[in-house]
Amino acid sequence: MVTDFTPVASFAGGVLIGLSAVLMLLLEGRIAGISGIASRLLPPYRDAGFGGRAAFVAGLVGAPFLVAAVSDGPIVQTVSSNFALMVVAGLLVGFGSVWGSGCTSGHGVCGLARRSIRSLVATGVFMAAGFLTVFLMRHVIGG
Amino acid sequence: MSLLINLGLGLLFGVGLVVSGMANPAKVQNFLDLFGTFDPSLAFVMGGAVLVSFIGFRLVQAREAPIFAPRFLLPTRTDIDARLVVGPALFGIGWGLGGFCPGPAFTALGLGAPGTLAFVPALLAGMWAARLMAERNAPA
Repeated sequence: MVTDFTPVASFAGGVLIGLSAVLMLLLEGRIAGISGIASRLLPPYRDAGFGGRAAFVAGLVGAPFLVAAVSDGPIVQTVSSNFALMVVAGLLVGFGSVWGSGCTSGHGVCGLARRSIRSLVATGVFMAAGFLTVFLMRHVIGG
Repeated sequence: MSLLINLGLGLLFGVGLVVSGMANPAKVQNFLDLFGTFDPSLAFVMGGAVLVSFIGFRLVQAREAPIFAPRFLLPTRTDIDARLVVGPALFGIGWGLGGFCPGPAFTALGLGAPGTLAFVPALLAGMWAARLMAERNAPA
């Protein structure tokens, strides 16, 4: 399925994501890494940060409602309805992001901005795996 | 106070994801589909986010401490171990299959697509499994 190339909106959205990460460091002194924040909503609990993490995730969940309230266009979305595929994808994303100490936000945005060699390796690996997976899925298996 | 700040930061992050189009898995998968319906938008999201973070982090780290915490809590490791390759490899496969990474999955939750409702519980289960396995290997 073709999607529109949206350089301006995507760059602007990226700026907002970057602002959130910068403010997280300025205010709370922490990295805005979603896999770290979300995975620590689950036990065992090592610190007193549960409330803040839950509030951050609540903000993520609430965001489309805020956008819908201030804009008139619908939020366009195409999600696979293959349940088995989405469950396997979710397990892999959840396990892999925590096992590798970060996801697109922690490694891909914050880590690259900090010029972390670990994040550069992680981002290179998940990008490569993503490209390969979509290539196999759409052009080899899916044909 | 911390709750409100975190709620606001999550909202800002999530609005960024929606505005950028990344709450739509099809856009992510099209970025990953170089030889098909390629959509380079994701590179512009990363570009904007990394640019702002690169400059902003430098300004912030010129400070002695953050505003509402006693000190900065930043990753200090520099070693490349197997987990740093295996984890992102599994993550990347799942990212390609479903088109969601963790942030956009939470942001898309309220849009209520059946695929998202299947993905998010599995995401949390996978995260939990990795945490429990990591705890067993090296109790913190």
